[in-house]
Amino acid sequence: MRPDPRSSNILLPHRAVLNARHMPSYAYGSRSPIWWGTVGFAVAEGMGFALAVGMYFYLVFVNGNWPLSSPPPDLLWSSLFTLVLLVSIWPNQRAKRDGEHEDLVRTRRNLVIMSLIGIALLVIRVFEFGTLHVRWDQNAYGSVVWLLLGLHTLHLLTDLGDTIVLAVLMFTRHGHGKRFSDVSDNAFYWYFVIATWPPLYIILYWFPRWW
Amino acid sequence: MTRAITSHDLDAVPEITRLVTGERGGLPGVESEADSPPSPDELRDDQVDGPELTARLARTWGTEKGIIGALSTVDHKVIGRRFIATAIIFLFLGGLSAVVMRMQLALPENSLIGPDLYNQLFTMHGTTMMFLFGVPIGEAFAVYLVPLMVGTRNIAFPRLNAFSYYVYLFGGLMIWIAFMLNIGPDVGWFAYVPLSGPEFSPGKRADFWAQMITFTEVSGIAVAVSIITTVFKLRAPGMTLDRIPLFVWAELVNAFAIIFALPAVVTASATLMMDRLVGTHFYNPAEGGDALLFQHLFWFFGHPEVYIIFLPATGWVSAIVVTFSRRQAFGYIALVLSLIAVGFLSFGLWVHHMFTTGLPQLGASFFTASSMLIAIPNGIQIFCWIATLWDGRPVIRTPLLFIFGFFFIFVAGGLSGIMLASVPLDTQVHDTFFVVAHFHYVLIGGNVFPLMAAVYYWFPKFTGRMMSERLGRWHFGLAFIGFNATFFPMHITGLMGMPRRVYTYLPEMGWGTLNLVTSIGAALFFASFVLFLYNIVASARRGPLAGPNPWDAGTLEWAAASPPMPQNFDRIPVVTNREPLWANRSSLPVVAGLSVENREQIVPTITHGRADLRETSPEPSIWPFMAAIAATILFVGSMFTPWALVWGSVPLAVTLIGWFWPKPSTEDEK
Amino acid sequence: MRRIGPFLSFAVLPLGGCQGWQSALDTHGPSAHALAEMFWIFVSILAAVWVLTMIALLLALRRRRSVDADPLETDPRTERRMTVTISIAIALTLVTVVSLTGLSYAAQKALFAHKDGALTLLVTGKQWWWKITYEDPQPNRVFTTANEIHIPVGEPVLVTLESSDVIHSFWVPSLTGKMDAITGRRNQIQLQADRPGTYRGQCAEFCGLQHAHMGLLVIAEPKEDFERWRARQVSSAMPPNDPERQRGMEIFLTKPCIMCHQIRGTDAGGKVAPDLTHVGSRRYIGAGTLETTRGNIAAWIIDPHGVKPGVNMPTIPLDPDEIQPLADYLEGLK
Repeated sequence: MRPDPRSSNILLPHRAVLNARHMPSYAYGSRSPIWWGTVGFAVAEGMGFALAVGMYFYLVFVNGNWPLSSPPPDLLWSSLFTLVLLVSIWPNQRAKRDGEHEDLVRTRRNLVIMSLIGIALLVIRVFEFGTLHVRWDQNAYGSVVWLLLGLHTLHLLTDLGDTIVLAVLMFTRHGHGKRFSDVSDNAFYWYFVIATWPPLYIILYWFPRWW
Repeated sequence: MTRAITSHDLDAVPEITRLVTGERGGLPGVESEADSPPSPDELRDDQVDGPELTARLARTWGTEKGIIGALSTVDHKVIGRRFIATAIIFLFLGGLSAVVMRMQLALPENSLIGPDLYNQLFTMHGTTMMFLFGVPIGEAFAVYLVPLMVGTRNIAFPRLNAFSYYVYLFGGLMIWIAFMLNIGPDVGWFAYVPLSGPEFSPGKRADFWAQMITFTEVSGIAVAVSIITTVFKLRAPGMTLDRIPLFVWAELVNAFAIIFALPAVVTASATLMMDRLVGTHFYNPAEGGDALLFQHLFWFFGHPEVYIIFLPATGWVSAIVVTFSRRQAFGYIALVLSLIAVGFLSFGLWVHHMFTTGLPQLGASFFTASSMLIAIPNGIQIFCWIATLWDGRPVIRTPLLFIFGFFFIFVAGGLSGIMLASVPLDTQVHDTFFVVAHFHYVLIGGNVFPLMAAVYYWFPKFTGRMMSERLGRWHFGLAFIGFNATFFPMHITGLMGMPRRVYTYLPEMGWGTLNLVTSIGAALFFASFVLFLYNIVASARRGPLAGPNPWDAGTLEWAAASPPMPQNFDRIPVVTNREPLWANRSSLPVVAGLSVENREQIVPTITHGRADLRETSPEPSIWPFMAAIAATILFVGSMFTPWALVWGSVPLAVTLIGWFWPKPSTEDEK
Repeated sequence: MRRIGPFLSFAVLPLGGCQGWQSALDTHGPSAHALAEMFWIFVSILAAVWVLTMIALLLALRRRRSVDADPLETDPRTERRMTVTISIAIALTLVTVVSLTGLSYAAQKALFAHKDGALTLLVTGKQWWWKITYEDPQPNRVFTTANEIHIPVGEPVLVTLESSDVIHSFWVPSLTGKMDAITGRRNQIQLQADRPGTYRGQCAEFCGLQHAHMGLLVIAEPKEDFERWRARQVSSAMPPNDPERQRGMEIFLTKPCIMCHQIRGTDAGGKVAPDLTHVGSRRYIGAGTLETTRGNIAAWIIDPHGVKPGVNMPTIPLDPDEIQPLADYLEGLK
């Protein structure tokens, strides 16, 4: 290249045109990079769910009769799960709002409530697995049912773990400032766990009855 | 047409107010810690200047010495270099496998390698090139260069980035160790069922393949999320969407493709492992499963995968063509829209890998149309680059030589792809050496040649030294001749009836001469890589010293030192043009007021790049490394027993808690 | 157009020739002819596109313009001109791509839309050989053979493909494109030769250790010859007429051979390995690996893994004086 003395071995001198001193040090929602990270992972996981659902319907299409050699799964525990999950939208919404208002007392309460709800849901989920009426190794129908339910349960578990750790954290001396942004993100992830369930509920428990 | 903005424009008040949002951090009416003023004791970069500023920032942002320091680093440049070096090592390992394969195929009925080792070799070759080199190298360059090009100090989620590297490394090590122990996978890089299923692949070989995918895809998705967040939320103030460098656009679109595509292959490999390990029947036709389901899942990933390998390279080509044409890119908007179009369209082609499986004809022909149509956005890019060169003032140096190689080879590969897109033609050439020729032309032409150009181009930035131009020309000549001698004859052998993945062939088939030519070409091509490696090592030691901007390029990475200081820039730049350094030749407009003692970055708004927040960037930490170890235990354990998912998640949970648990800060005391 | 194909084949001949009994460019059936023609059309058009692009690139690299210019300054007139040129290039690309898609779709309809054939075969892909069943409305005219297909010249033959283990792919390039044999599914392919001859095929989907040695032959013959062949194949094996071969048969029937192989007309009724009733009439053994001679048969039986490592046939312990008669017997099963 034609050597340009202006851009050779020395770095360009600086000319300050803006000062950042008084900009805030964090914010909520899509202003925050962590929000984008959470959304990014939600998209990836959502894609995983979509593909598993695709697998389910592909196997229906290939087989014609469905479910394979098994009665449809029971409605009791799954419907209870669905109910509790949908009801949890309300405390979750409070958790998000109180977190964004940086209200420590309420946030602590909300996180404990969400943790208890999560544990209850997990217990219901165990019963749900018990009344599927098919094993994962029985046939392709059993395999894909366990896959879908297992995938959702995995997210329920990790979200519960996340919530419990955050709850503990808010009771320590770290419970201030940017941690409230984490509370808001945790609520967002909980919304993801809630949102992915209704389609799965319909596919796993109602579709076999309609097909 | 873009008018170069002069410094006068910047001093005008409206321009400045457009550069800041001026909004609070906390919600309205909430007294939030986000809005507390910075501590008066904390030194900021509007209070100190020159070498002292540089030195203090280097201490704040630097990596500690010693093994713990090295394993705790979150500096994207350190991790980026590791990623690049590891990917290139895998390129060599994959290349060596190929050389051995070619030695076996040089003569008919050769007895150098038996079928078992040959099957492992071609599986390792494909798997290594696609999963351990092709995707990681694009992400690696993004990890190193995107933060520099967008004018920030570190990648978003730096600890996640470190974790991703270790997970990638451990996954690659796992499969290569398995290969060294003669339990490497032997079912091809796409491991079709039922061959890779429990009945026909007993033992652990196919499980190593499947679990390596878990490692690399976790790593890949994590890096992609970091890159997207970096591009959206860490750009320098003033960098509006239409001032984002084409390289960064390419890596951004690529990251989106990764997020949508990689889950498909993890689903395929995880369900394969379930069939093999716990008796599920996803792919067992006798119990309602389907062998083609695996192919659909795999290729839904597999086709975007090759664009994931190609897209970053388009970024390298754009950057190099612009610099070496000494002209801003022609058709910036068209190039960006083409990138996005390619990213989208690549998800609609996958069935062209399944044209001979007996799928309905009408459905298949839709995929012929979509596979041919993707030539349009690809063509737009090619034509815009040629136009940039045409109206520019090209300087012929090694990087541009390899770009010429890219055009020559990739366009040829794209055109043989059009032939493969036709269902009837594909029924003759699918699964033959013709298709092997095609994909090596597009992958090596489309990724490896631009990669070599990129290494010559950015080597001064990474190391502070120039690579040898003389050796570079020899390297190019040897590589160009070697590549074409290797792969062109394969078009012919394929048409003459030679299928893929055969460890030998009968003398009476008449393929001997062409195979010998190919094998000799492969030796030459491999030799060119040895020469490349020599040039890299020798130049790193004794190459001529380079300043910050030896190529007189326009993008922000050339405003940092060569190699860059840990903080990248002493002050965050303010961007006024697509080519910031061509628009500001005498001085760099910057933001002042960030901390010198703590790690702070500017977070802007997404579309207009108005400075919004000054966020802290995470400090070095050993937890990403520990979490990667824990993840490895979990992943490897679960290859042998499903219970590993239970007890393996305990160390993983512990390390993740350690990772996210905040370090004590001065605010905690209040 | 029909003449261009062979002409171009000859042009490429020095490079090793496109001729061969397993070549997609040395075609002997209507389907393969059509595919080869389409191939040459595509190659010509696409090669022209490549040449034009390279010319544009080389001209761009060689142009000389004033050295001193601001890289950010662009002449609006030049920009406009280049925009128009590129738009035209894109339009031409679109036209080319759409035309080729149309051409492809037309060929696809013509070649694959419907398949029929008076003669129907069921081909089962196995690791690593082809089981061929000649179907017939009359059950006593159905027979099974392995790795070698005979068809009457000039007539379409319908082949149904299936697999009993992993995915294989049935490919006889001189006659037509390939089709996969997939476990749990049935696919169909139509074979037709317009000249008598011997055409080789090979499995084209990686199927394990000996994928490389899974060949097959398709022999097209005039109708009367074909019927004679079929009649012979339907019949059971003739009892051997000389003592050497007689001894060979006894050896065969007392060894584990009968666990896997069938020779109709004897007590050997194994179904998992190739049918040997008329093995001597086939040109190759081992799925296109060794020519059928006494020596090769002997070599195969003594050490199948030496020829095709990993093959499913076990090594049968034989006394040295048992090998010759056995090979004699099998070679005589014509």
